[in-house]
Amino acid sequence: MKKTGLIMVIVTGILLIAGTTEFPDWADPNSPASSHVSPYYILKAIDDTAVPNVVSAVLADYRGYDTMFETAVIFAAGLACFFLLRQFNRKRAKTKMYRHVPTGIIIDIDEGGKLPEENSNFERIDSQWTPYDLIIKTTCRIIIPFIQVFALYVIIHGHHSPGGGFQGGVILGATIILFAISHDLRTTIKRLSEKMASVFSSMGVFLFAATGMLCLLLGSVYLDYSALSDLLGTDPVMARSHGILIIEIGVGLSVMAVMIWLYYNLSSAGKHNEGL
Amino acid sequence: MVWQFDVIILTLVIVCGIGALAVKDLIGAAILFSAYSFLMCLLWAIMGAVDVAFTEASVGAGVSTVLFVAAVFQTRRRSKD
Repeated sequence: MKKTGLIMVIVTGILLIAGTTEFPDWADPNSPASSHVSPYYILKAIDDTAVPNVVSAVLADYRGYDTMFETAVIFAAGLACFFLLRQFNRKRAKTKMYRHVPTGIIIDIDEGGKLPEENSNFERIDSQWTPYDLIIKTTCRIIIPFIQVFALYVIIHGHHSPGGGFQGGVILGATIILFAISHDLRTTIKRLSEKMASVFSSMGVFLFAATGMLCLLLGSVYLDYSALSDLLGTDPVMARSHGILIIEIGVGLSVMAVMIWLYYNLSSAGKHNEGL
Repeated sequence: MVWQFDVIILTLVIVCGIGALAVKDLIGAAILFSAYSFLMCLLWAIMGAVDVAFTEASVGAGVSTVLFVAAVFQTRRRSKD
């Protein structure tokens, strides 16, 4: 079986490499890809949409449908992971483990036993407990707000510099995952519950689709943001720029929530009690 | 563009790819895959596709590695083949 796989991989690899010889050279101005639509985008993007980053203009405006369904695919991935992994009728662990913070003594409390109060010296710990690490926790606590501000910048500034909703959303989600790794999953779920994650992920897709629908209702075609000019109080060209910003925020919201949702389900095998 | 960079990075990409397949420890494979993604990100950046490079760095080298590690922790760490 292993040998058959190796032979198949090598044959496919050779065929693929043989296929690349037919490709036009890298950065060839006469290649079919850069002689039909690309010149139009490069010449007209700034006049049409007032967006300096052509990639953002293409992704969110000229090819808005692609990006919308891409976001829907990511949302579907989050949903699929949820339906495959999530276990609702879970058996709760019989004993809960608490650690007395000043002394480091660990006690097991059986089901029905008296649990420590919220503000006492006891903290709930996972069954595979790793020692409290001051350096990691403090560093993450300090660095997370800065990463989040950078992620917001990437989303907001997506049409002037590289970046956009997708990248910013992933970075924003990564900060929450970093928090979950440096602390524990329970603390993170208390901050951003699963319900919030699912609502955010569907809300992002909805924001995208609803913007397109609004354009339709205002008498233009689907996802033609210039129809929003009266609503936003700007000229049609600037309205397309603002429309791109709105849908970038939608994409960012959706991607962030899906990344967190995926992490919750994968790291705890759908039980949402103990993470990594 | 300095072509030597291309050659070095492409070689490292191939080494990382073969290493990720060959290694028995799945956490090691995840880390090698992350290194592969990061080198691909460098290649995109060299070719001028900065947006793609950005996505590759954040998704490929960042979040997907965490998801791989999380999945490995819930299954087995050693691969059979």
